[in-house]
Amino acid sequence: MVALSQERLVSSTDAPVRRFSPPTFDRIFRFASLASALLVLIVLLGIIGSMIYGGWPAFSEFGLSFITSSVWNVNEDQYGAWVAIVGTLTTALIALVIGVPLSLGIAIFLTQLCPPWLKRPVATTIELLAAVPSIIYGMWGLFVFAPLFAKYVQIPVSNIVEGMPIIGTILYARTPSGVGILTAGIILAIMIIPFIASIARDILDQIPSVLRESAYGIGCTTWEVVRNVLVPQAGVSIIGAIMLGLGRALGETMAVTFVVGNANRLSGSLFDPGSTIASRIANEFNEAIGLQLNALMALGCILFLVTFTVLVLARLLVSRVKVG
Amino acid sequence: MKIMSFAIAAGLAVASLTTTASAADITGAGATFPFPIYAKWAEAYNKETGNRLNYQSIGSSGGIRQIRAKTVDFGATDAPLKGEDLQKDGFVQFPAVMGGVVPVYNIQGVSAGQLKLTGEVLADIFNGKVSKWNDPKIAQLNQGVKLPDASITPVYRSDGSGTTNVFTTYLSQVSDAWKSGPGMGSSVQWPVGQGGKGNEGVAALVKQVPNSIGYVEYAYAKQNNIPFAQLQNKNGKFVSPDSKTFQAAAAGADWKSAPGYGISLTNQPGEEAWPITAPTFILVPKNPEKPEQVAEALKFFDWSFKNGDQMALELDYVPLPAQLKDQVRATWAGEIKNASGQPVYKQ
Repeated sequence: MVALSQERLVSSTDAPVRRFSPPTFDRIFRFASLASALLVLIVLLGIIGSMIYGGWPAFSEFGLSFITSSVWNVNEDQYGAWVAIVGTLTTALIALVIGVPLSLGIAIFLTQLCPPWLKRPVATTIELLAAVPSIIYGMWGLFVFAPLFAKYVQIPVSNIVEGMPIIGTILYARTPSGVGILTAGIILAIMIIPFIASIARDILDQIPSVLRESAYGIGCTTWEVVRNVLVPQAGVSIIGAIMLGLGRALGETMAVTFVVGNANRLSGSLFDPGSTIASRIANEFNEAIGLQLNALMALGCILFLVTFTVLVLARLLVSRVKVG
Repeated sequence: MKIMSFAIAAGLAVASLTTTASAADITGAGATFPFPIYAKWAEAYNKETGNRLNYQSIGSSGGIRQIRAKTVDFGATDAPLKGEDLQKDGFVQFPAVMGGVVPVYNIQGVSAGQLKLTGEVLADIFNGKVSKWNDPKIAQLNQGVKLPDASITPVYRSDGSGTTNVFTTYLSQVSDAWKSGPGMGSSVQWPVGQGGKGNEGVAALVKQVPNSIGYVEYAYAKQNNIPFAQLQNKNGKFVSPDSKTFQAAAAGADWKSAPGYGISLTNQPGEEAWPITAPTFILVPKNPEKPEQVAEALKFFDWSFKNGDQMALELDYVPLPAQLKDQVRATWAGEIKNASGQPVYKQ
């Protein structure tokens, strides 16, 4: 009986394979999937290559000062990326500082605390946020958010902090226009929340409920379960989710261009206008010629490098946590 | 099978591309500033002749790149090419339409059209030298107007644009400090202020930021009811921007003084002349590889010169003076030739 069923099993698995998968088809399929995998690699290498090629004249003209100089003067063909690099990193950092706690809060609420009837509407809303095109965020940021932000945040905060040491510089708006580095960071935070939140939710959902239930069983509070059971379990994957969000924040273009203020000046205040690498490229690419075009390409290289470094660091961090 | 159907689809796509690019279709690319009027002319032209214009408003330097690469029939640019560049590339350049740039402001207690400025004061404001609205330099020009004791926020175009080029050309003409400082160009290093992307970005910032001043194309300011300032022209008269003062600026101009009609209409003499007026230009090859395509493009502009003035005025552009149009037509007939030396354009 046992032998018979085994025999049947063998024949039933073998026969269809032979019938529907002749070796030639297998080979074609393997080749096709290999080709699709390679295509991505080739396209990526092509992009990197053409950007380095396009940016090379700027790198060789200015050398290291292309990165350290904060001059961006189209008329005199003098280009330095420092202001844009600082702007890119600052806005992305602000986005993470605001976005990560909110996203984790959302994920924990949805998986642990949310009554079942509310789960679907909230989750769908969060995912819809991810589907909003970035130009809409930019327009909304400029026409709706910025005036309110100027009136209810910049002006009152500036009045309070004026004259204080350090904070009186960081949070003082000389011209409360509503746009600036902080506004860009806030808009970016809204844009990365759906990414981080939905991935974090999936990760938390995958934690076996036995773990959670046993923790509750020995008398843990909700906070203790989240802090000591869920977060350590999901930690590495959550860092991965955050890095995805960071990647988006670093490269976001349209929305930032509208609300960052587009000034090539370093300022101590988060309320002051600045610029990011992506916004600089979006602003100037249309009308760029000659060395300016090379400089913009070189900016693209730097953005590539920054994003790449961030992702590599994230990978290293993840693997170290895994080993530990 | 998949590959076959893909190949067929690709073949069809190529076939459809080649069929749409038939002789009667004109392609052009370049400046964004004249895009609305080119689109309107093209629509009317299509209704009358069935010929279509495919104009891509990718920016002036994009237009120059495209016509150099010969991927389009004509290129369009706000800033004229210099004589030597025209010579080198073998282009004929001619103006198509004119427009104006206006300073727009948002000052509490100062109503639309009330503010008067000279070019020099305007340059000082954008240079950060005049930083308060009640500065004596501004107050002296605006006696009887109550100006607030508030900091000025200049607002500029953050994207490279012909509008910025015209505006900074004017500031360089009227202020030596500006000329030796930020200078002129489609994007310059602004010492103070904030940047908005596009006309809409500048307009939004000016509306939102109290005590700000920016600059936009006249059509944009008018259609959106943004208050604009009066400027003192070269004759010392204060004028408001409108089609009459733009035309006055064009009237006094010596179009033949620069190769390819590449003059600037900023700071022109004339009692009524608006000081920040500018033409926008078209580039076509002198010895085109596809003369029939260039002929179609010239036909389109010829038709637009004849029938398009009213449409231009409706969109707050300024049509070229009749005499200039004739000069341009003569240039076409005289300079654009096919391989056998025959003129491409027939009057």
